[in-house]
Amino acid sequence: MLGILDQLKSKWEKTDVYKSIFRHNYQDTQRNRALQIVDNVFLHLHPVRISRHATNIGFTWGMGGITFLLFIVLTITGVILMFYYRPAAEYAYDDMKYLMNDVAFGPLMRNMHRWAAHAMVITVMLHMFRVFLTGSYKPPRQFNWVIGVILLTLTLFLSFTGYLLPWDQLAIWAVTVGTNMARATPLLGHEGPFGPELGMKIDNDVRFVLLGGTQVGPPTLLRFYVLHCIFLPLVGGILMIVHFWRIRKDGGISGPDVTSKKF
Amino acid sequence: MEHLLKIISKPDNLPIILMLVLTLFYAWLAWKKAAKNDRQDISEEAKQADKVQVWPYLVKVEFLGALVVMVILTFWSFLLDAPLEEPANPALTPNPSKAPWYFLGLQEILVYFDPWIAGVLIPTFIIIGLAAIPYIDINPKGNGYYTFKERKFAILTFCFGFLLLWVALIVLGTFFRGPGWNLFWPWEYWDTHRVVALTNIDFTELFGIPTRLVDDSLNPVAMIFGSVVIVAWYLIAVVYYVWKKNTDVMQKLGLVRYSITAFLFLTMMAVPIKIILRLTLNVKYILVTPFFNI
Repeated sequence: MLGILDQLKSKWEKTDVYKSIFRHNYQDTQRNRALQIVDNVFLHLHPVRISRHATNIGFTWGMGGITFLLFIVLTITGVILMFYYRPAAEYAYDDMKYLMNDVAFGPLMRNMHRWAAHAMVITVMLHMFRVFLTGSYKPPRQFNWVIGVILLTLTLFLSFTGYLLPWDQLAIWAVTVGTNMARATPLLGHEGPFGPELGMKIDNDVRFVLLGGTQVGPPTLLRFYVLHCIFLPLVGGILMIVHFWRIRKDGGISGPDVTSKKF
Repeated sequence: MEHLLKIISKPDNLPIILMLVLTLFYAWLAWKKAAKNDRQDISEEAKQADKVQVWPYLVKVEFLGALVVMVILTFWSFLLDAPLEEPANPALTPNPSKAPWYFLGLQEILVYFDPWIAGVLIPTFIIIGLAAIPYIDINPKGNGYYTFKERKFAILTFCFGFLLLWVALIVLGTFFRGPGWNLFWPWEYWDTHRVVALTNIDFTELFGIPTRLVDDSLNPVAMIFGSVVIVAWYLIAVVYYVWKKNTDVMQKLGLVRYSITAFLFLTMMAVPIKIILRLTLNVKYILVTPFFNI
């Protein structure tokens, strides 16, 4: 019986179909280990070999990777939530209630989206903390740190715009408190220094542009929805590609320079 | 005590406790690693500089890490529901109204500064300051391994900003601020009707110089005095430069990098100073002008 299965397996492995999908066999050789990385579109983000300290979770804390994982979780749960949610003031809250009470796995998807979002803010901060403490922003990685700072602010904006979408008391008042700051923008806000002198009023300043009105209302909901679901993830995604690519181009994860004498 | 449990067990406050615990844990871990590296000639990281294959040595760690995170996240999502309060009502302001938790440090600073500083200027300086770090810190040591000895100033400054001015203020804003944004102990009942006397005075008034004259117009003497105090604060940078001009570090740093570093550093340090001035001497403004107050 087993003999037949083995025969079938080796036959199958010789077919054009199999060979077109899998480029190498799975014997544990150095060559296959390398091919496992370079022949895989997802894994080839990695180099084939890295220094041993970089696999040590005590060194990296894994926070960058966890942040990326949470971003993927958020993308998947977010898309599922979009099937049930309409970003209009008359529907939004009812859709939330529907999602929490009547949709199969609705609460799980929403809970996971919210907790992963909070967790991502924390892991992004810890990632930055680790990168700072190991001096990994030093040459040649200076610009990748700058991209990281932009990604940090994008993470906060993503979380902040998502905060409004449930359209409950918690949402609109948290966003009201947050966006009230924009009133006071110097030059561009109607309550900021030199704002009124430059003709800023409540209905033409930077806060008005952000909210699409003079207070947090239905146009704000739509604006934040578009920013949250399209604009910010798109910009974040592009910058993430640059961020990851530059890690490779700048010589992989940071480590002591063992070629020079001082380390 | 009952109240403490109530605010700690609020689902949206759990991340703050998580942040606090994780930040302290990792600060301790990094400190331990730095201390160990500083004791020996070769860093632990340099001892592990030999190459290994990513498959399986790194992929294994990544896979297990992802698994652990997903298990925790799934349990968290099963056990705790995301909050959903009453429908949005622009006519009903909750007291206290709080921003999302990660902005509570900034909302806390709003007590001590006008919104254009706390809500716009300080966040902008935080972002610019963070982005500037790689270009103003030209110390080549400590690249790729934990150390404290080799970059004391950089690490102390960053930890001061991150742990005290960011993390600690978020905790303060969440657990110590109740209705009317008044200070409450975490175990204290949030009394909506608590009356707090407004006894704030301006910095110049500590020295007997009134901010406004009898006819309610601004006192030019107070304005000049306030401006002098602020200019004097930033003059510390000039004095320090003249003092250290000929040192090796200052020569390498150069005037431009030094100016940016000194400005960002003094601005950051001014924040806790204003907080202390408010909490001890009830100081409201250092400088009052017709256009803005600091």
